[in-house]
Amino acid sequence: MKKLSARRRHPLAALVVLLLALAATGGLYAAFAPAEKAQADTAAQSLAIDEGKKLFAVGCSSCHGLNGEGSSDGPSLVGVGSAAVDFQVATGRMPAQQPGAQVPKKKNIYTQHEIDQLAAFVASLGPGPVAPTEKQYTSTNPDDVAAGGELFRTNCAQCHNFAGQGGALTQGKYAPSLEGVDAKHIYEAMQTGPQNMPSFPDTTMPEEQKRQIVAFVRHLDEEPNPGGLTLGSLGPVTEGLFGWIFGLGVLIAVAIWVAAHTTKARKS
Amino acid sequence: MSHDMSEDKLPESHGSAGQHEVATHGDPFADPGLPAHEPRRTDIDERAAKRAERQVSLMFVVSMLATVGFIASYVAIDADKIVYIFPLGHVSALNFALGLTLGVALFCIGAGAVHWARTLMSDHELPAERHPIEADDEVRADVIEQFKTGAAESGFGRRKMIRNTLIGSMALVPLSGVVLLRDLGPLPEKKLQHTGWDLATPEHPLPLVNMNTNKPMKAEDIVVGSLTFAKPEGLEEDDETFQQQIAKDALMLVRIAPENIKDKDSAELGFEGILAYSKICTHVGCPISLYEQQTHHALCPCHQSTFDLADGARVIFGPAGHPLPQLKITTNEEGFLVATGDFAEPVGPSFWERS
Repeated sequence: MKKLSARRRHPLAALVVLLLALAATGGLYAAFAPAEKAQADTAAQSLAIDEGKKLFAVGCSSCHGLNGEGSSDGPSLVGVGSAAVDFQVATGRMPAQQPGAQVPKKKNIYTQHEIDQLAAFVASLGPGPVAPTEKQYTSTNPDDVAAGGELFRTNCAQCHNFAGQGGALTQGKYAPSLEGVDAKHIYEAMQTGPQNMPSFPDTTMPEEQKRQIVAFVRHLDEEPNPGGLTLGSLGPVTEGLFGWIFGLGVLIAVAIWVAAHTTKARKS
Repeated sequence: MSHDMSEDKLPESHGSAGQHEVATHGDPFADPGLPAHEPRRTDIDERAAKRAERQVSLMFVVSMLATVGFIASYVAIDADKIVYIFPLGHVSALNFALGLTLGVALFCIGAGAVHWARTLMSDHELPAERHPIEADDEVRADVIEQFKTGAAESGFGRRKMIRNTLIGSMALVPLSGVVLLRDLGPLPEKKLQHTGWDLATPEHPLPLVNMNTNKPMKAEDIVVGSLTFAKPEGLEEDDETFQQQIAKDALMLVRIAPENIKDKDSAELGFEGILAYSKICTHVGCPISLYEQQTHHALCPCHQSTFDLADGARVIFGPAGHPLPQLKITTNEEGFLVATGDFAEPVGPSFWERS
């Protein structure tokens, strides 16, 4: 202890104390964060709705209210349907970490079984979009990619970019990249319109067209890119910038290098 | 190329090299004159010259090999073959091979030529002194004299008729170019004022057709928070003028809970919270459909003009000068959404005659 107090005026002492304090705060948060406690009591095999309600009370009710009626911190979940729950929880967006312009995607801490229970509870609050079955979002027709591409460019590309790379919206909001997003979640996002994304209900975009769009987005991921570096798939602006800065830059650097090296026998 | 060389290969000294140092005595601003010519290593060392020659030839040979490689890869590599190359990621093997070999072939010719010029071609230095641009007085006087003689001999000043008709013809010739500008027309006339929706009248309303399904829509199909694109009935994608027409007719249909609609006039134009706005930005006419369903903002991707669709598409940010025009819609007896007339104002960017 004496040794420690002898160094308390060391220039780095404040930094060490700060780091310790940060580590302690982070550690305490990790230990007591509400999301971590959201483990279902798997021993009890009662109805999915009852289990879902318990999970809901732990993980969701602080913002959405004990019965999903909503509060100043979160919207009402009456009528959002099981598709919305499956999308929000399985992509890790909910439970939200903090309020902000947009709730980001993060690691999901629930099992699919727990998500289904939560979805069953929320679906029981009021009718809403139902989470799709695998058959609904899995395309078997190879022509779907082309049809989906047209639909994607009409309905989705304005925000998510023609190659599904995402893009900025107003005041810190953004359309996320669709790279590597699960087919089921793409389908559910169209059904439910999460956060600021508008919904594309079956009445205006039939199930088959959603399936085609999913097929196109999955194809974007699998399709090889003969050109190599995509530079964010943003089109000619980034490509031109890259060409001017790096292409021309290398040429200028070579010219300077050549001119800077004399061939004279006597170096001055 | 190593630059160390034995001292005995260097000339003993350059008598002229020391001259300018002497000249600075007494007058610090004296013109030091041109520095003495320094020989290149290849000028005085035959082995260095041979080595440079081999280096230049090597580059030309590499270029030849690269060209052969280009042809070989064109023949041998399958166009569909994809390979992983760091840091480019997955690229077409053919594209990569062709680009690399052609690049090497061209670069080696250039690099060889530069190296050749720098090491082996003549190193003779030619100073070129600066001279005033102005010609001397004698030449100037001569030119003025010739001009005066020419003017007098042409009779330009004396024969007024020739002079005036020449000026007239010269003045008229550019008119041909001006007349050709007519080909930029015909004038748009009323085309900017009206869209395809002007076929709609209260007696014969025009149904709104969903761009996805190509079918008319009922009010209950449009749910709160959804986004749908629509076109007038009768406009088909196969039509010859489809692109020109849809550039004016495109509609963005949103449904906002009636209590959230701030502009009552806008709510009147809609049907039970379904609002039909022009999809064409009023700034420079980009299709604008980056709709945020919670804030009801529509953002234009071109210049970030932002419109509040809950408040009559008021401009809340960006360069757009007008709100998005809104189409008056209602439902017909079968329950389909219909328009009963054209937009009340021209869609798209402002123009001179726009009221």
